[in-house]
Amino acid sequence: MKVTTTKRLERLNERYADGDISRRSFLTLTAAAAAATGLSMPWMGRALAAVSEVRFDGWGGVVQEAIDKYAFQPYTAKSKVKVVQGTFGDENEIITKIKTSKPGDFQIVHSSGVNYYIKYVNGGFNSEINEANIPNMANVLTAMIEPFRKITPKLSAVPYDYGTTGIAYNNKVISPEEAKEKGANLLTDKKYAGKIGGYADMTTRVWYAALQTKQDPNNIQDMDAIWAKVRETRDLAKKFWSSGAELMDLLSRNEIVVTDAWSGRVAALQQQGQPIGYLDPAGSYAWMEDMLVLKGSPMAECEELINFMLDPATSIAVAEGQNYPPSLDPTKVKLTDKIAALPAFDPTGSMKSLTFADPLYWAKNEDAWTKQWDRVSKGA
Amino acid sequence: MTKGWKLYDQRLAWVLVAPVLILLTLLLLLPIAMMTVYTFFTFVTAGVESAVLTFDNWKEFLTDSYYHGFLWKTVRVGAITAVICAILGYFPAYFIWATTFRHKWLLLLLLIVPFWISFTIRTFSWIHILGEQGLINVALIRLGVINEPLPMLYTEGAVIMGLLHFLLPYMILNVYVSLESIDRTLIAAARSMGCTSAQAFREVTLPLSMPGLGAGLLLCFVLAAGSYVTPQLLGGSRDALFGNLIYDTIMGQLNWPMGATLSIVLFVLLGAAAAAYSRYMGLSQIMKGLSA
Repeated sequence: MKVTTTKRLERLNERYADGDISRRSFLTLTAAAAAATGLSMPWMGRALAAVSEVRFDGWGGVVQEAIDKYAFQPYTAKSKVKVVQGTFGDENEIITKIKTSKPGDFQIVHSSGVNYYIKYVNGGFNSEINEANIPNMANVLTAMIEPFRKITPKLSAVPYDYGTTGIAYNNKVISPEEAKEKGANLLTDKKYAGKIGGYADMTTRVWYAALQTKQDPNNIQDMDAIWAKVRETRDLAKKFWSSGAELMDLLSRNEIVVTDAWSGRVAALQQQGQPIGYLDPAGSYAWMEDMLVLKGSPMAECEELINFMLDPATSIAVAEGQNYPPSLDPTKVKLTDKIAALPAFDPTGSMKSLTFADPLYWAKNEDAWTKQWDRVSKGA
Repeated sequence: MTKGWKLYDQRLAWVLVAPVLILLTLLLLLPIAMMTVYTFFTFVTAGVESAVLTFDNWKEFLTDSYYHGFLWKTVRVGAITAVICAILGYFPAYFIWATTFRHKWLLLLLLIVPFWISFTIRTFSWIHILGEQGLINVALIRLGVINEPLPMLYTEGAVIMGLLHFLLPYMILNVYVSLESIDRTLIAAARSMGCTSAQAFREVTLPLSMPGLGAGLLLCFVLAAGSYVTPQLLGGSRDALFGNLIYDTIMGQLNWPMGATLSIVLFVLLGAAAAAYSRYMGLSQIMKGLSA
């Protein structure tokens, strides 16, 4: 039979009253019991208490505002679990923070798909999701889940949205016809020297250089030609931007008139009435984003939050707010007209119309290309 | 009678100094030691390194002209910034020192007002001054001086301008403190012996204020050469300094061993500049300037 602490103390008191133990022994035992109770209570209490908050890190700006408004706030109202949020401009930045912190400090990351997923797995930061706790995953596009499952059969992330990095242009300066005709080559058009921008990211730069040199971005044969094109863009560019906010700022202040750009951010600018056109040239860079759960996170709460985020009503509201199509299968869930009109939206759900980066091919070359890109971007 | 009398009790001194020594060891020496050890680690892939010791990172730094070029550029930008700070900063400091204005404290207060605003916000403000839609270009276009906006932003000039804006108060304060310590009767004596104002300045004031000028030069050089935010916000991709190289290596390539190597290189370079200054001028002048 289990004896409670109170019962033990009562018995101790009884023995002392009966004269079975000395006053010194009674006080020593009582103090020990009190100390043990006092010392154990705080951490035991915290450990046993329900999780009251979950940490989320995302890209900030209009994207995170939409997630917060349509997913986190309703979730907190419903579950009383607060979502503490952080932001990053470059995902490598958050990987560095995760590496230097203890497991559990960072919990859910709005990650940039499979290319980055490999980095988390290599670093040993990934967790194992119990998919049974996320029933809404049944509505997620299989074509988006499979690349993750190829890397880790037991998933650590759930695809959430997708988009493209196409060409954004100021349509007061560049006509839609000219944009369509020149496509990716607009980024090396000398006519716009000093008014060209681009994402300061190796994958985007190499991808567009591959399109400009008519190579397959997932099977590049001539890297010298790629770096020559990257240098050409660099020399014509005014600024390589490094965050969505900077991209929107450069375009809206007319510092640049053409750049590769994230489809959702361009849609946001268009909704603000900015004269910005958008074009996905053939082979435009498509990417997906996922909700990645890190090792050491409170899994049940994270899974519950992700399930809430994948609920069709929530997911659609977030998608409309952030201007990126959701990972929901349009053949299973009825999506809205606004989503159907978003750039990059694939109504078939097969994702065959979009060109994603082959994660294994890019992972193999990532270190060398990133190092070379760093040099080229600085004038080498 | 002072026999056996000591200015301080040695044991008490150690007790009082111990917290600072412990903090310095934990927060400065230990991290530097760890970074130094990291320079010998092997880079495996982005974000992953092994404790297999190697000289590869040092070999790469010593043999790759890419790094040498940026180191030289960093020294050059740091030196240019420090010299311009000295030229621009000396005269305001001299004016504040020499003025008979009753509320001199107000002038000194104005010097530190910029520090009340976040450094990043102050740097961002230059984008709206130097940009194509910025204050200068819009004003010049409206006045009909130019037809096309001048390319001022995202250039090395913009970086130096941002650094000047950040560092000028340090220079002025250092020079001012140095001028304040000059015995004014020396200048009066020089004048009474027939020196003109310019001669008195050249022969008495300027030489006696040199320690402050030197301290300002060192501070401005070290802070400019170690800067990261200003070139990141106001410079183009080619205007990066060594600090940006370190950031990109650690945060972009996730190559900590090489990033640690570059960090130690910059630390040694700036440390050498401070040591050289200390050898010839003494670091105490900088402390005076900082505590002004």
